[in-house]
Amino acid sequence: MTLGFYPGCSLKGSSREYAESVLAVANAFDIQIREITDWNCCGATAAHNMNRELSFSLPARILSLAEKQGLQEIVVPCAACYSRLTVTKHELAKDPVLKNAVTEANGLDYSGAVEVLNIIQMLNKYVTPNLESHVVRQFDHKVACYYGCYLIRPHEILKFDREEDPQSMDELMLKAGATPIDWAFKTECCGAGLSVSRTASVGRLSGKIIGDAKDRGAEVMIVACPMCHSNLDMRRNSINEYLGEKVDIPVLYITQALGLAIGLERKVLGLQRHFVNVTV
Amino acid sequence: MSSDPHILAISGLGDEVLEHTEVKVSHCYQCGKCSAGCPLSEEMDYPPSVIMRMLQTGNPELEEKVLRSFSIWVCLTCEMCFARCPMSIDIPKMMDFLREKSIKEKKANKKAKEIIAFHKSFLDSIRYTGRLYEIGLFVSYKIRTLRILDDMDLAPKMIMRGKLNIIPELIKDRTGVASIFRKTVKKNKN
Repeated sequence: MTLGFYPGCSLKGSSREYAESVLAVANAFDIQIREITDWNCCGATAAHNMNRELSFSLPARILSLAEKQGLQEIVVPCAACYSRLTVTKHELAKDPVLKNAVTEANGLDYSGAVEVLNIIQMLNKYVTPNLESHVVRQFDHKVACYYGCYLIRPHEILKFDREEDPQSMDELMLKAGATPIDWAFKTECCGAGLSVSRTASVGRLSGKIIGDAKDRGAEVMIVACPMCHSNLDMRRNSINEYLGEKVDIPVLYITQALGLAIGLERKVLGLQRHFVNVTV
Repeated sequence: MSSDPHILAISGLGDEVLEHTEVKVSHCYQCGKCSAGCPLSEEMDYPPSVIMRMLQTGNPELEEKVLRSFSIWVCLTCEMCFARCPMSIDIPKMMDFLREKSIKEKKANKKAKEIIAFHKSFLDSIRYTGRLYEIGLFVSYKIRTLRILDDMDLAPKMIMRGKLNIIPELIKDRTGVASIFRKTVKKNKN
């Protein structure tokens, strides 16, 4: 079966290394992937902050297109897009008035049949069963798996992993030879959408995350969200300013870390694109 | 109208919240877990539990303060409050409603100018190209806020690393996306 792919805007721009590493890992495990044709932005934080109907219509268009293009299942590596798409499915299923308004705005059929997978669900379904036999170089580092908000919350709707102290990324990294650490900031917010408008707030929030990981001996941060990545990586100057010291722990997407473990080339995984040098 | 916060139906804004979001502000018993878990509460004028209390009173003056608060805009929708609420009150959903109403009634807090400018610039980009065009977003945000020099060091570094598209990604069905905006946003033009 072909797995549909919704990259979302970040993966085509500021987080293109996430897309590169997702596709490289998928390729290594012979997963057939097809990008949804003519997809649009999910609307992200801006849409739901400003207009409820818009915030459901934009993700609904994506789901309708996937349906129309014969995709039964799509992977959405961006945690924020994943959350928006899944919440939209949930709201449209329980609110027929909203569903009518949304399909009217979109002019597309919508049945809600498309299965939406986050990156960990995709990996666990198609990669984990064969992961250990593919590992050629143990990812022998202490890692802090950082889940952030949208992979897990709203938990009542996403129903993925545990709401406090989630484990799915830790378990995957363990299989790749890493030593996941226990730490306190797994699901704290990095500052997400305030990155541009309130950079100092992001420095404080992301600073606490990096600070705790460092204090507990982490050598690498592992993430599954482009917003988490860009705040922890590209905003490292603000973070170091908050912490009052220079912390150079690199931030890897989980697909980059797994890619290294199965012997993929660094360039294929886009490691050269990071602001904080990837020294592992 | 009643001053008793323990009755189910609450007058005014609390009622509106209930009608539009199914969130019952009367269910809050002020344990404060939302405010304790909120990563932004120290930057807020009223932390989430206080917003809940203000809505419970049904006092129009306090309701007005809620709509004019900075809190509703600095809220990141990280959903931690909802996750930790022992009464499962969907505070983020309520915040979305309050933000939309605050904008519609031109009551948005002045301190939130940059945050709102960012949202508007973000949506403009989607409206015209179907996807987020990051350079367009930055330029439009700078024009809106006149914060011209912010992040000037970031763009060249991003371009060097291939993280910034010079040319926007244009989807084919731009009229379809534009029409979604027309049909949804036109209802509450601000």
